Amino acid sequence: MGFLDGILGRKKPAQPDLDQIFQLPSAGITLQASLDFTPVGVGSVAFRAPQGRAFAEVQQEIQDLLDADGGPKVEAVTDDFGYTWLVVRTDPSDLAGLVTDLHAINSTLKDTGFGSTLLCSLVAFRGPKGETLGMVYLFKQGKFYPFVPKPAGAGEQPGRDNIMEIQVRDLLTGELSIEPDLGRWFAVWGAPGLH
Amino acid sequence: MAKTRYASDPGLTRRMIATMGGLSVLYVIVVVLLIALGFSAIFVLVIAGGMIFAQWYFSDSMALRSMKAHVVTPEQAPQLHGMVDRLCVLADMPKPRLAIADTDIPNAFATGRSPERSVVCVTTGLLRRVDRDELEGVLSHELSHVAHRDVTVMTVASFAAIVAGLLIRTAMWGGLMRDRRDNNTALVFLAVVVVSALVYVLSYVLTASLSRYRELSADRAGALLTGNPNGLASALQKISGDIAQIPTRDLREMEPVSSLAFFPALGRGRGFDLARLFASHPPLDKRMENLAKVAAELGQ
Repeated sequence: MGFLDGILGRKKPAQPDLDQIFQLPSAGITLQASLDFTPVGVGSVAFRAPQGRAFAEVQQEIQDLLDADGGPKVEAVTDDFGYTWLVVRTDPSDLAGLVTDLHAINSTLKDTGFGSTLLCSLVAFRGPKGETLGMVYLFKQGKFYPFVPKPAGAGEQPGRDNIMEIQVRDLLTGELSIEPDLGRWFAVWGAPGLH
Repeated sequence: MAKTRYASDPGLTRRMIATMGGLSVLYVIVVVLLIALGFSAIFVLVIAGGMIFAQWYFSDSMALRSMKAHVVTPEQAPQLHGMVDRLCVLADMPKPRLAIADTDIPNAFATGRSPERSVVCVTTGLLRRVDRDELEGVLSHELSHVAHRDVTVMTVASFAAIVAGLLIRTAMWGGLMRDRRDNNTALVFLAVVVVSALVYVLSYVLTASLSRYRELSADRAGALLTGNPNGLASALQKISGDIAQIPTRDLREMEPVSSLAFFPALGRGRGFDLARLFASHPPLDKRMENLAKVAAELGQ
């Protein structure tokens, strides 16, 4: 961004960094070996769907593309925040295939000029005690962070298991580019595949 | 002081006597200064006294308002009330009112001029982060502040600082507004400002050290009451360690609708500088050491 752009407040949209997501399958093996977290077989991509036919066509194209291999259908869910989640379900053992699908969604959106609508991608894991872990991937930073929601008991606030999140970070630091600023580890309550 | 089952602390009593001794010396300096100023002595004392009294008398409602907290009934927060009920029965003390502040910063405080008029306030950020044992540790810590009447103690202790601060302002204002008859008046005013500033700094250091000791004392008494120092210890880790920076707010609330760029929602992404917020509190490792001692005592 140039000096003049800064003065005039013109800002270029941040372009997503997609390739880091391919680090996830090997991190999944580490997660399983050390903390007994196994993939659920659910991954999702969240984005803000703009109005208009152009985007609707792209979204349809993505869904057709991913449905073509005869696997389970890609599901589009709109959440309370107005974001659309494209939910991909695969065989839990095929983490690499899931990540490839997520990458396909992301790169199609990016190549058609909708990269700036992307919010995050998320791959769900399940722990030994039934807790769920979402590895959240932020494209704009090219960084991952863990999110472990704790189901709320009666009269309790929904919480997150920070200790487990820190444990996951410490475990995966060498393998994934983890967001170093804990203040950016925003929650994604009710994301697909999580409690 | 109402007799409660919170352990009394001879060390705390000694600290308080020492601090009060130091503060008394400062009071004398302030009074001498006021006499040197002559004309405004009674005026300054009345204003300062009124301010400090109001601060003490309305401490509960003022603190609640500044935190945007609201008092909750047993119906609104049954879990919280149940926990405090049990702790108060255990400690044999009147139950304070409970309030919840809607902020993501994990924190808790107790305020109020007497145990009967006290309020214990927790933030939603705290409730979201700690589990049952940890919350009990935090509440027991706050209840021990109530039982020790720490609000009153600290209000009295900060009197010198407030009077000195007021004096600096009065002297400067007076020095500016009055026509300069000779150089002596100007010098006197300069001396007043310098000495007041010194008194202010000294009394601040004294009260801060008392405050830090009070926190350790409340940690200790609180842990002894619940018999579970680990609960408070792990809560403290969560509240003041870097874990406290992990937000509980949703990513989608933070993302601007246009999705043009991602901005850290909390102060340039550095998180909150909790060390600054807890300046009146002892460092974390010291509190952990203190709680470990309690754990060792309980084990004997």
